[in-house]
Amino acid sequence: MTDRPPVLVLDGITKRFGPLVANDCIELTLAPGEIVALLGENGAGKTTLMNILFGHYTADAGRVRVADGAGGLSDLEPGSPGAALAAGIGMVHQHFTLAENLTGLENIVLGTEPVLRVWGGRAEARAKAARLMRESGLEVDLDARIDQLTVGERQRVEILKALYRDVRVLVLDEPTAVLTPQEAEGLFAVLRLLAAKGLAVVFISHKLGEVLAVSHRIAVLRAGRKVGELETAKADRRAIADLMVGREVAASRRSPLEPGAPVLELDGVDVAGKDARRSLHGASLLVRAREIVGIAGVSGNGQAALAALIAGLAAPDGGRMRLNGRPVARHDSRAFVEAGVARVPEDRHHDGVVGAMSVAENVAIEDIRAKGFQHWGFIDFAAIRSRAEAAIRDYDVRCPGPDAPARLLSGGNIQKLILARVLERDPRLILANQPTRGLDVGAQAEVHRRLLAARERGAGVVLISEDLDELFALSDRIVVIHAGRLAEAGPPEALDRGTVGLMMAGHGREDAA
Amino acid sequence: MEVLDILLTVNFWAASVRIATPMIFGVLGALVCERAGVLNLGIEGIFTAGAMAGWMAVWAGADLWTGVAVAAAAGGLFGLIHAILTVPLGLSQHVSGIGVTLLASSLSYFIYRTALPDVTTPPRIAPFRPVDIPVLSDLPFIGPVLFQQTPLTLLAFVLVGVVAFVLYRTPLGLAIRAVGDNPASVEAQGLSVHALRMGAVVAGSGLMAMGGAFLTMSAFDAFFFGMVNGRGWICIALTVFASWRPGKALLGALLFGAFDAFQVRLQTEVGAFLPSQVFLMLPYLLSIAALVAVARKADYPRAMLTPWFKGQR
Repeated sequence: MTDRPPVLVLDGITKRFGPLVANDCIELTLAPGEIVALLGENGAGKTTLMNILFGHYTADAGRVRVADGAGGLSDLEPGSPGAALAAGIGMVHQHFTLAENLTGLENIVLGTEPVLRVWGGRAEARAKAARLMRESGLEVDLDARIDQLTVGERQRVEILKALYRDVRVLVLDEPTAVLTPQEAEGLFAVLRLLAAKGLAVVFISHKLGEVLAVSHRIAVLRAGRKVGELETAKADRRAIADLMVGREVAASRRSPLEPGAPVLELDGVDVAGKDARRSLHGASLLVRAREIVGIAGVSGNGQAALAALIAGLAAPDGGRMRLNGRPVARHDSRAFVEAGVARVPEDRHHDGVVGAMSVAENVAIEDIRAKGFQHWGFIDFAAIRSRAEAAIRDYDVRCPGPDAPARLLSGGNIQKLILARVLERDPRLILANQPTRGLDVGAQAEVHRRLLAARERGAGVVLISEDLDELFALSDRIVVIHAGRLAEAGPPEALDRGTVGLMMAGHGREDAA
Repeated sequence: MEVLDILLTVNFWAASVRIATPMIFGVLGALVCERAGVLNLGIEGIFTAGAMAGWMAVWAGADLWTGVAVAAAAGGLFGLIHAILTVPLGLSQHVSGIGVTLLASSLSYFIYRTALPDVTTPPRIAPFRPVDIPVLSDLPFIGPVLFQQTPLTLLAFVLVGVVAFVLYRTPLGLAIRAVGDNPASVEAQGLSVHALRMGAVVAGSGLMAMGGAFLTMSAFDAFFFGMVNGRGWICIALTVFASWRPGKALLGALLFGAFDAFQVRLQTEVGAFLPSQVFLMLPYLLSIAALVAVARKADYPRAMLTPWFKGQR
């Protein structure tokens, strides 16, 4: 496949967001008729790369070159989706870019007609769309409003949108994330058909199984870098899993400790969420004092439901839940705070602090009813301030002062503030959900140190993370979450990350090992 | 019985249409802005600016249609201010809109006072005259209600059709409806979100200003302080009532006009028993009631009030 002249070349693409290097000098070549999978964990830089290709972002360095039809390559104008479309590049975004108040056909023709045209019907457009539907097998009601369509149907409209423009390159960003397995199978068949007709397809995914099923070639990204590229036919499942999650093992600084009494027990707990991402099925979990239980999993496999359950924000629909050895009477966040549950939320800006309130107010906000913080029903600002000053000093929170609004703080400092708030209460159970995501190395190390210190003081910790290095370094035991089910993997010393990677993809413990 | 007889008079219906006219312009303008995703609370000030600018152009010697064009241009200018603040700069649409209202009305009064420092009674112009269309104007009932109005009223009715046609039958309208629902859909198809939104706000503001011009050049023949008197705000409410559809916008404006015409006549019938303020409240109360009944099902432009920035994460 690769002997054909390329239709697209990415040349040294580099993109930074503040201190984060999202793409580091990435090279990729695409030939007509091949399906290339872009594989990597969340945050590896896959979507950023494709957003640069499609012109949503502008690269800090590097260029996109497309075949110009005369046998050569020419540079694509950066930062312009219009130019990308004109060059024959189409993209199916993970979050669909469809106007929901328009019909499928209207979304398809949007932007293809001269904007100032007054007359002229849609007859030709309709005929062309109908022909494309026939040829590709993507059947959908073109006259239904998008908000009446299922997610799978919306995706078909998205693909038709690109095909309608006669694209040469089709990028699909996590296309199966929203599909049922049957719908995903249907999509793969369509992609094979389109590739056979000469379309070059880029398929972004973090799911190993489907990448192996559909692609001809696999490019693996990790932490913004391309760490490997291989022919799918010659690829070894294990080797790719290793490549994707990385081999560097951070030295474990965990001291051996004897676990104490159970602080959290889940026994066959079901949570019926709005969708699969927010559901749990028969989840059982034991967390004892003085241990860290790491929850490994690809995002969207029920972590949100588990976190909401442990924070007291959601009640189980079935099964038993015990806190500190006692059945939970009230599933409400205040009762949980009073029972000694500390919450380090996933989205620290949105769920962790109130940006408009001061650092001091944010320190006190979760237990403002506690004795020290109020006096005859009035807030004791002096006490709050002194607590905040201590937090700023002890946790090295870099901020203008206790009265500064929390939104001025960087992500790492917000995280330190949250840690100061919850750890100073001397909690019995800590829920740390993606506690180091997006943080720089220094702040990550600080968060790790604090969690380990809390463990030594006697807290039980549930660490939900997509970072296997972090899980292997901190956890006493690793539990894998997949499709809302929890599976015990064991202590990290007895595990290798390939096994965990396979379990994250839905394989059983024995199957993976 | 006399109260219901009001509804049967030609006079009442003609007055309803006349009162509805500025509202038709205003609702159409607000609808165009909001369909693109931008709430334009500058409407009250833009009405005032249109009323003042149109009137002043005619007073200074221009003909009436030039006056209307001047009013629309003045409205477009204030719309441009609102558009720049809210679209590329992404500032709060509420704050910017209120600011434009304060700026536009104050500036209008200031210019009026500066140009005419000494007058005590507002100078008059020769306003639009009712049209006389052969056959149509002579029809019974329909004739006096619809075809003996001034040209601006007829223009308002025509514009309802034009706006509906542009929104639902042209690629431009398609893009405007899309950008108000999901800007990413427009961006991903290679169109400019900012250009579409700014264009819609400027055009919509021009329409609003024509509503103001109707007041000084058709309904009355002079410019008074406070003459817009909340009409702009009512248009914002009527836009919700209309579910952002031009046809329903016409209906809403006519409904308001009918309420207003009705209360004036009601005052003369039963005014002895109730203070006049109660009647003045009536159209607003009824508008609110109608709004509550309809707005529950309103199909909001989903991206309204949400600024859009390219390449945001």
